[in-house]
Formats: sequence, structure tokens, C-alpha cells
Amino acid sequence: MADSARYHREKFHRYILEAQKFDSGFVSLPNRYVDPYSGSRSYEKINLKGTGTILSYTIIHIASDQFAHTTPFPVAIIETDEGARLTVMVTDCDINDVKIGARVELVFRKIMEEGESGIINYGYKAILI
Amino acid sequence: MREVAIIGVGMTKFGELWEQSIRDMFAEAALKAMDDAGVKKIDSFYVGAMSSGLYTYQEHLSSLMADYMGQIGVPGLHVESACASGGSAVRAAFIEVASGMSDIVLAGGVEKMWDVEDGTIVLATASDQEYEAYNGVTFPGLYAMMARVYMEKYGLTREELAQVPIKNHKHSVNNPNAQYPFEISLNDVLKSSMVADPLRLMDCSPITDGAAALILCPLERAKEFTNKPVKIRGVGAATGPIALHDHRDLTRLDAVKLAGERAYRMAGLSPSDISFVEVHDCFSIAEIIVAEELGFFEYGTAGKAIAEGQGTYGGKVVINPSGGLKAKGHPVGATGAAQVIEAYYQLTGKAGARQVPNAKFGMTQNMGGSGGSCIVHILEAL
Repeated sequence: MADSARYHREKFHRYILEAQKFDSGFVSLPNRYVDPYSGSRSYEKINLKGTGTILSYTIIHIASDQFAHTTPFPVAIIETDEGARLTVMVTDCDINDVKIGARVELVFRKIMEEGESGIINYGYKAILI
Repeated sequence: MREVAIIGVGMTKFGELWEQSIRDMFAEAALKAMDDAGVKKIDSFYVGAMSSGLYTYQEHLSSLMADYMGQIGVPGLHVESACASGGSAVRAAFIEVASGMSDIVLAGGVEKMWDVEDGTIVLATASDQEYEAYNGVTFPGLYAMMARVYMEKYGLTREELAQVPIKNHKHSVNNPNAQYPFEISLNDVLKSSMVADPLRLMDCSPITDGAAALILCPLERAKEFTNKPVKIRGVGAATGPIALHDHRDLTRLDAVKLAGERAYRMAGLSPSDISFVEVHDCFSIAEIIVAEELGFFEYGTAGKAIAEGQGTYGGKVVINPSGGLKAKGHPVGATGAAQVIEAYYQLTGKAGARQVPNAKFGMTQNMGGSGGSCIVHILEAL
């Protein structure tokens, strides 16, 4: 699900990986007004370096229509070295090499197209390093 | 706060109900519940549905359902909490009766899932649309990532995981409302098509049409309507993170633990008092983690315990006597209400060949998303 206005709003996270580090230590990639656990509203903005570790993964065999043409594909939950958690596709790899604990780097890639005449949606995927 | 009882229930068969619309299904369940309780007029109602808009392009269920169940004029409210919508409707009705605001309140749920081609995209709306679904993960994919960590951390085998759907299908054989009331073998599970590795088709609850409804009233008035009311002894609800990646431990469902603790506290009971529990086995791994969060088994042990028969008749606690979401079916908005109906059948001795003997207390656990919301009810036979 994507549309142009929503895509515009998310550009900071999808283009430059700008995250928030709250004074509690919680790091969030999505923009938030408040730390969901501590309630703190005090944070600094940080840019993620783009490296991290796979916490878990799956190989998607049955996808929604938007991604059905690319199955099977791996998706992983990764934690960046700064502590931000993301769910991303893992790309450019042998799916047998995707493992818990594997080191990854985030790379800028096309995610999907909004139909035949819509905009192309970009974002980050992970590659194994 | 007043004590609250269930005095009547009704549901459709679960399955592919090509001849019934969303309004037909809910009206059928609601009218059966009203007939069961012997009430002609209700004071208020709640209808749980996850996504009637995306599934059927129909919202405004308060008006629609009042109209089609013959209750025009009565206040109604559509309740949504993803797959926990039905349980949330029951909780909302409980609160309305307990508060003294109304006496006769209908709580139910409905989902019409077979009218759309790509249901995966509808279910994905229960996840984080911008940060999960955008990157291609499906609901089975989220639970697959829980299963992956759980299996690695606790040594749960693929064969042990398969015992959850095998047990639930075995239970469903005796449930006339179940969508898939037949037994499956280990081979059926291990050879079924891969959906999201390590989860296969037989680990996943199906696409289901169906509706379920209950009538609640103050306990002090219950005997006006029935000789066998069921008391709602405890209610617990909680929320968790919308995105699975924000769960601090991917093998845990904190909202389930919180909701369970709140329900136990209200009821003044502990897990050893519970004879059976209807849990939200949307995927096989979910039943295992939920059984641990509700206190029936230690962390890391429920999978092996269920594989050894501790989750069926004669075991520690009968988990999903109805067949669960996997075999009874999972019309998402109806599921939470249907779980409470199963508890009602069990506690009134109406569960037929799947009756849990001598059950005094039963529990239901209904969950939204990847643990983003959870509703637990504890029911008591009177």
C-alpha cells in the first residue's frame, strides 16, 4: 500500500535513514513524538550508518499481489548498530545464506511501483556482508 | 460494577458462505442468540469486524446490523482491533452492562473474507503499514520470524510444531460449525506448501466467512432468561507494539501476558483453575507462545508439552476444544466472539462429543496483529 502523499511524508526515513535516539536509549526509525516505553519526549536526531545484524528472518513464498512476482524472497528483522529495529527485504543473495546473526548493510533500492503510471517507491533493503 | 452473565449465543457455520452476505451472516448469528436467550429487544449492541470496508466496501455496521437484525433505533457500535475485534466487542458489551448503563446487550463479530481476491493485503493492514507491509512482509511472515527465533532458542523441532494443527484438527472433528472438521497427519503438515519459511499452509489459519453473537445481561437478572447462565468472571485487555520488530523479545507476546494477568486478577483465579482455553492459534507458533504467556507452561516448554498431549483431553489444560482458528476457521472479526461461545457451550454442558468434563472455569484469548492487542476472558459455570 503506497500513494504519493504518504510516500512524500516518509521520505526522510526511506531516503536518508534519519532516526531518533531518545534519552532513554530507545532508537526509532519511524518519526515519533514520544518513546513508547518510557514516555520520554527528549531525543536527538541521528543518521544510521546502515550496518546491522539479523535478529530473525523468513522466506516469503506467498506474497501480496504487489510482491507476488518476486517470490520467494527473504525478509528479515534487523537491528542496526545504533539499536534501531527495521523489517526489510534481504536482496542480492543466496537465500540459504540468510541466517540469524548475519551481518548486513542497508542499500537503497526500488521497493514497488504504484501501478502502470504511478510513482516508483524506493526504500532500503539489506545485503549480506 | 455489576456482575455480568451470558444468557444466549448464536453463530453461523464457519466456512465459504457464498450464499450469505456480511449482513446475512451477522443477522443470522444475532437472531439465533436472541432466540437462544429468549429476548426480543436488546438495549444496545457491539459488532466486531476487522475490515468490512476493504473486504466488502461496507462500513457503518452499526446502522446496517441494527436494520437487518430487526433492532432499528437501538444504539450500536462497530468495534475494531484487527483480529481481536470480536473479543473487543464482548469486552465493550461487558463494560456497558457492568456499568449499569444497559441491561440486555448483544456482542458479536463478523467477517466476510471470501469476497476479495487478495486477502493478504487486507490482513496486512493489521501490521505496521509503513514499516512492515511496505517492505513485503506478510502476516504469516511475521509469525514465521517468531517461530524461527523460538525454534533456535528453545530447540523446538519442526515435527513438534506440527503437533499444534494436528491436535486442533483432531478436536474440530466433533464441532459441527467447524470449517475443516477432519484430521490431518504429520505428513500432511510437513508436505503442505511453504507459505513463509518455516511456516507451511497447515500451520496457518484459513480464510473464513462467519459470524458469532452473544447476549449479555446483569447476573442478577440472568435467571429470568435461562437456567444455565455463564458468568464473565474476569476480563483483561492490553496493547503491544504495532510492529513485530519493536517487541523486545521476539519469542514473547507481552500484551498476552498483561491481558492474562489482568483477567486472572479480576477473577481471583490462577492458571491451575482453568480446565480449557480457546487461544488465538492464527499460526501454530502463536498457540505455543500464548500458552506460555497465559501461565499454563514455562517459557520454552509449551511446544514439547503440547506434542506430548498436555494440550488435549486428559492433559494439563485442553487447548482449543473447538478446533481453534486453524480447523474451526478464522473469520477475523468473529473469532473472539466465537471463542466465548465455545466457552459457553463447554460451561453449560452443550459441547457434545468435544465436552471437557467437569469444567468450572474456561478462558478465551483473542489477539490482534503480531501481538499488538489482546483480549482475555475468564468464564465460570454457575
